[in-house]
Amino acid sequence: MYLYPKWLRAWHVLNAVLFIILIVTGLSMQYTDKQNYAIVVKFAAAVKWHNAAAVLLTINYIIYVVGNTFTRNGRYYKIERKGLVSELVTQMKYYAWGMFRGEKHPFPVTEERKFNPLQKFSYVLAMYVALPLVIISGLGLLFPEITVDRFFGVSGLIYTDILHITMGFFLSVFMVIHIYTCTLGAKPTSLFWGMISGYHRDEH
Amino acid sequence: MNFIKSRIVILLVLVSFSSIASAGIFRTKNGKSATQDTTSFVSPYAEDNDRCFKCHGQPKYEYTNVNLGKQVKALMCSERIVRKDEYYRSNHKSFSCTDCHSSEYETFPHSGELRMEQKLTCLDCHGGDETYAQYHFEAVDSAYQQSTHFKLEEDGFSCWKCHDPHTYKISVRNKNNLRETIAYDNAICLNCHSDFNRYQLLSDKEEINIITKHEWLPNQATHFANVRCIECHTAINNKIPVSHLIKPKVEAVKLCNECHSQNSLLMASLYKFESRAQRRDGFFNGIILNESYVIGANRNEYLNLLSLLIFGGVIGVIIIHIFFRIRKNQKTN
Repeated sequence: MYLYPKWLRAWHVLNAVLFIILIVTGLSMQYTDKQNYAIVVKFAAAVKWHNAAAVLLTINYIIYVVGNTFTRNGRYYKIERKGLVSELVTQMKYYAWGMFRGEKHPFPVTEERKFNPLQKFSYVLAMYVALPLVIISGLGLLFPEITVDRFFGVSGLIYTDILHITMGFFLSVFMVIHIYTCTLGAKPTSLFWGMISGYHRDEH
Repeated sequence: MNFIKSRIVILLVLVSFSSIASAGIFRTKNGKSATQDTTSFVSPYAEDNDRCFKCHGQPKYEYTNVNLGKQVKALMCSERIVRKDEYYRSNHKSFSCTDCHSSEYETFPHSGELRMEQKLTCLDCHGGDETYAQYHFEAVDSAYQQSTHFKLEEDGFSCWKCHDPHTYKISVRNKNNLRETIAYDNAICLNCHSDFNRYQLLSDKEEINIITKHEWLPNQATHFANVRCIECHTAINNKIPVSHLIKPKVEAVKLCNECHSQNSLLMASLYKFESRAQRRDGFFNGIILNESYVIGANRNEYLNLLSLLIFGGVIGVIIIHIFFRIRKNQKTN
């Protein structure tokens, strides 16, 4: 079934590329070494690439939010509180042992339900909580003059930075899990092909 | 009418009182006049020094020349103006002017020969003095002798070109406001390096434009507000509180990593006093309580460890998951 429209696929590719650039350059800046040694990218280049990728990511994020507001794609992210926990538990049980016992997927993909409850929950956390926080704190680091000068005797930039790297870390972990769970389709590569072609192939 | 009169009298009294107050002169209990100072410090030599400040404390001076029998009005040479309020905030505030200058200055008008008076250097007073042993003035002097400024010594460069003894105060140990320390220390350099007239007194080089020379530096304004010129332009010497070995410009620090890393260069210079004790714990590497944030240098050891544990856990779960998937596939096949 056709689940991923062109705009969403284009957004997704750009988002993935920018995410990788931001993670690599972010780590390079955070763990730079005095002896001119750098993790993958040298500090000065890392700053340049990180800033450029961050600006593009922010624009891309706005496209994503606008796209979800004005197309039917937004409905996939609506979380209903009723039954949320039990649905999450069911999905986790499936990943933990159900799938190894040959049980059927508890929430098969349909045109009305693109994501399983666990996917939906983690995507909402990543896209509507962590990413806005990383963007806002990133802007605070890019323009230090807009950041709170001091708070409880500590520079506002330090709080901003801790928020930025913590959210950046969780998004990096999310990306690793996201890529891994994408191998859980009908074949390990079928979900990746789905994001290229736009068509989802059913697992069963 | 009486009411209006009494109001006018009160007004006049208030105006005259405020003009006395603004003139800064009050009578003390013992009848001596004391100048109202903005600082709490009162020098034991205030009265003696005031005789000097009367002329040297302002841009214009006036006196009666008894030899010529006339009133002399002239502009004070800018090099000889000492601002009284700055002097009484400086490290040398408790001195009498004649402690360092010839007592012959007490005669007035001053004799022309006094202009040739030999000026003291820092070591003339501070050299070999146990009281100041912790500041290692001898090490400061030897670092200065290797500095690029030293080659201009014959042209008139000396300690005083940067540290005017009338105004100089040690600020680096003022932990209350790091930004103030940075601005104060940078002003010492910019006093010549951004003022062409002063710069030309010691150098025949072309005008230096600090802004264009530092164009390569990203976020220039932020750097200028948060670090001192000496952070990049001196060689660190751990023996002395502040490095005095100014290097030639080609040897200035240009690699970002020098400061933007753990065990940053800034730890050995700007953050030296704050970070030593705090660094022992490894918590935020000693600079969490400072005002400044440096990418790459502000690392939290605990967050680093926690992130490694979480990341390791995720990878572990994925590996276990892959293992069971492979086993299931083998069974199915």
